[in-house]
Amino acid sequence: MIELENVTKVYRMGKVEVFALRGVTLSIEEGEMVAIQGASGSGKSTLLNVIGCLDRPTSGRYVFDGADVSRLNDNQLAEMRNRKFGFVFQEYNLLSRASALSNVELPLIYGGNRHKRQRAMEALERVGLAPRAKHKPTELSGGEQQRVAIARALVNNPALILADEPTGNLDSASTAEIISIFRQLNRDGITVVIVTHEADIAAQTQHTIRLSDGEIVSQ
Amino acid sequence: MKLIDSLVIAIRSLFANKLRSSLTMLGIIIGVGAVITLMSVGRGAQAAVTSTFEQMGTNVLYIMPSTSELGGLAGITSGYMTPSLTLDDAEALERVPSVVAVDPVNENYVEVTAGGESKVAVIHGATPDYQQVYNSSLAWGQFISDRNVASRDMVVVLGDGVTEDLFGSADPVGQRVKIKGKRFTVIGVLEPKGGQMMGVSLDDVVVTPITTFQTKLFTQRTPSGEDAVQTIGVQVASAEVMAEVREEIETVLRKRHRIAEGEENDFAIISMEQIVGMLEQVTGVFTLFLGAIAGISLLVGGIGIMNIMLVSVTERTREIGIRKAVGAKRRDILIQFLLEASMLSLVGGGIGIIGGWMISKAISLIDIGGMTIHSVVSPDIVILAISVSIFIGLVSGIYPAMRAARLNPIDALHYG
Repeated sequence: MIELENVTKVYRMGKVEVFALRGVTLSIEEGEMVAIQGASGSGKSTLLNVIGCLDRPTSGRYVFDGADVSRLNDNQLAEMRNRKFGFVFQEYNLLSRASALSNVELPLIYGGNRHKRQRAMEALERVGLAPRAKHKPTELSGGEQQRVAIARALVNNPALILADEPTGNLDSASTAEIISIFRQLNRDGITVVIVTHEADIAAQTQHTIRLSDGEIVSQ
Repeated sequence: MKLIDSLVIAIRSLFANKLRSSLTMLGIIIGVGAVITLMSVGRGAQAAVTSTFEQMGTNVLYIMPSTSELGGLAGITSGYMTPSLTLDDAEALERVPSVVAVDPVNENYVEVTAGGESKVAVIHGATPDYQQVYNSSLAWGQFISDRNVASRDMVVVLGDGVTEDLFGSADPVGQRVKIKGKRFTVIGVLEPKGGQMMGVSLDDVVVTPITTFQTKLFTQRTPSGEDAVQTIGVQVASAEVMAEVREEIETVLRKRHRIAEGEENDFAIISMEQIVGMLEQVTGVFTLFLGAIAGISLLVGGIGIMNIMLVSVTERTREIGIRKAVGAKRRDILIQFLLEASMLSLVGGGIGIIGGWMISKAISLIDIGGMTIHSVVSPDIVILAISVSIFIGLVSGIYPAMRAARLNPIDALHYG
């Protein structure tokens, strides 16, 4: 499903070039649940962003479902993000002024889909938050906010869900809950990639990729 | 993404910041309101001036003492020039072909009293032709006759305004009035005309034989010692022969005044059309000037929108990042911010139009020294104001919107 070949990512900080990824080659199969583990600054978030088409690699090849993604333009990347991927971030990244339901609807609006309300409600039901649909993010706990974010990620029936430290801001009870939701989604057939620095979360996945200094040390 | 969804998003975010949105709109409201008000008042003033002069009769040439025809508007204030015209000049003009009526008029302000009441009015020293040249018809009695003029009779014809103030609704024919301490008999009353000139009603007028005016009221002599005439109104048979008659009059008067070839006329010939044209030009420039001043406030309003939109883009960088992460394209973000800016200016423009319209209606009700300006809110002004506000919305929105659309999703997500 995902093939990365010698992917690099270089940031320019003034005159200094910073290598976030130094020639990463990996493959992820459909239906897998994968953890990307590494210390902070190891390039794991960058890798996730490249996979999720939020960022472009500086060099190398990225093939998703047999199509070369590294050559797509901005609009095509936006369409990929909308149709194929669902993102879950550490800071939840919900629109604070919109209700949980409106937040979940957002990808459907940009996809031009029909029956938005109904599909958003179904997604909230899948994460067990249907009763709180009308609440704003500030009225929800951290765990609940993250469940809204997961509902938003899966509302478009994506092939892949990408999570960047999804439990980083949560207590252990909420963490367990979120991870079990991810496991359930994976059993339903969605490929899940989780970036984490916690070993016990990585232990619950089938496959762990370890990064250090922008390079894969084990997979 | 559907346009209706973009519209909903834009409206929601404007409502989320009600105070800011309304203050931003205020700039446009004031600008559009000022444009509408000032333009319509200017148009109203223009219409009032034009209609006043048109009431005084068309197909009419006015001859006044002047040093140069370029005197322009100064020609109207003929009383301040060295007098050069006489009743004999007027008589000579009657013989010019296509001239229908010749009306020498002297004019001044006087106080007219009768039975303890008094009224300041314009007194015209005139001849019987006055009635035709000035489009005046009689309500009661009769007008000045050639015999009145020949024998310098102490008679007056009163305008409607003077009659009403001195005698109420009673018929004043045969009554006496006093002007400059002298007694005059009222022989007729003019029909009301309506309209004003320079703030004075056209009905506040008194007409007396010009010879009476010259000898009994205000004596003014030409350098050669004859009784002077301030203005000679000449009515011409039709507009087509205006130019010919004008030339003929010039030839006759130059001959009579013994003006050598190459020397300048000591009189000016001005047509009503010229006067109306000049006034329209002046009031037109005036209106444009008012509009330009109002336009500046509209520009300031537009800058206000741009400013707020830039702040809004910065503040909402993270929101933009979130939207991009879930699939918003550049175009979607661009349209959202453009819609927000356009709605601010369009709604502000709409309120400004209504407000400006109400203010200009209110101004129409105000009496300014006996004069009211019927301000005209014409569709072209409204269309201008609407298109200018849409334009301002788009122009002031485009830069902030482009900045928002160009943001890199990763940078935007991690902003702040």
